[in-house]
Amino acid sequence: MEAPVFLFFAALAVAGAGIVLFHRSVVHAAFGLMGALFGVAGLYLLLGADFLAVVQLMIYVGGILVLLLFGVMLTPDDKAEFSRMRVGGTLFVVGGGALLLGLRAAGAESWAMAEGDLAEPVTRIREIGLAFLSRGHSLVAFELAAVLLTAALVGAVMIARRRVEAQDESTAEHVRETSGGGN
Amino acid sequence: MGLGAYLAVSGALLVIGLCVCIARRNLLFVLMGIELILNAANLNVVAFSRFSGTPLEGQIFAIFVIILAAAEAAVALAIVLNLFGVFGSIRPDRPDELRA
Repeated sequence: MEAPVFLFFAALAVAGAGIVLFHRSVVHAAFGLMGALFGVAGLYLLLGADFLAVVQLMIYVGGILVLLLFGVMLTPDDKAEFSRMRVGGTLFVVGGGALLLGLRAAGAESWAMAEGDLAEPVTRIREIGLAFLSRGHSLVAFELAAVLLTAALVGAVMIARRRVEAQDESTAEHVRETSGGGN
Repeated sequence: MGLGAYLAVSGALLVIGLCVCIARRNLLFVLMGIELILNAANLNVVAFSRFSGTPLEGQIFAIFVIILAAAEAAVALAIVLNLFGVFGSIRPDRPDELRA
């Protein structure tokens, strides 16, 4: 039962990523990215990380992908940038190197991992919450993440807003300065 | 399925994401490639922690990575939109001076 489900989600993830790599249109690539994110969420489910799968769907598909689509809508779709030669060549070189490294690592056979038979495959959400809020585990990182998200939010707004008023002010100041110098 | 299968999927996602970052000349594609790379790393961490008997640690690490990815996407998109406003193009090789 597990193997076909795994194959389905793995194929979904890799095929979606392939669409991102090989499709001309940035909108189609965004939908391919959605497929890849769904596939990875399914793999999280198979790994017993159900809370992480839900977080992946909510934040990636519901947040980051929507943000990317806003970026797609606000910028021109430049279809001329795609070159099959360049993309294929890069995939050949990077994929070949990674394949060689992977075969070397798989041949080493030094994994000291338990295969499969684990007592409690599904992590309870309660354990994750307790780990976030216990001082011995990751309370400091949790609070720092809150500060980081606030900073990122304020920073994104500051960077992305239009600077019409600021420019007007500076030009007005400039005019005032030059006229004052003229007098 | 064993650990190796998950690592293979993670490796494929990493390779494709890296190729997207390198070979596509559009900053939005570069952002998508970064998301793919982060997903590959997350899958790797979760799979290793699941198969080494401590499933909680990897999941918490992955949640922090997702938080960082969300913050990165927000700031990066703001920067991309600003670059488009200043240079009129979102090709990564187009901005060739810091102060336009």
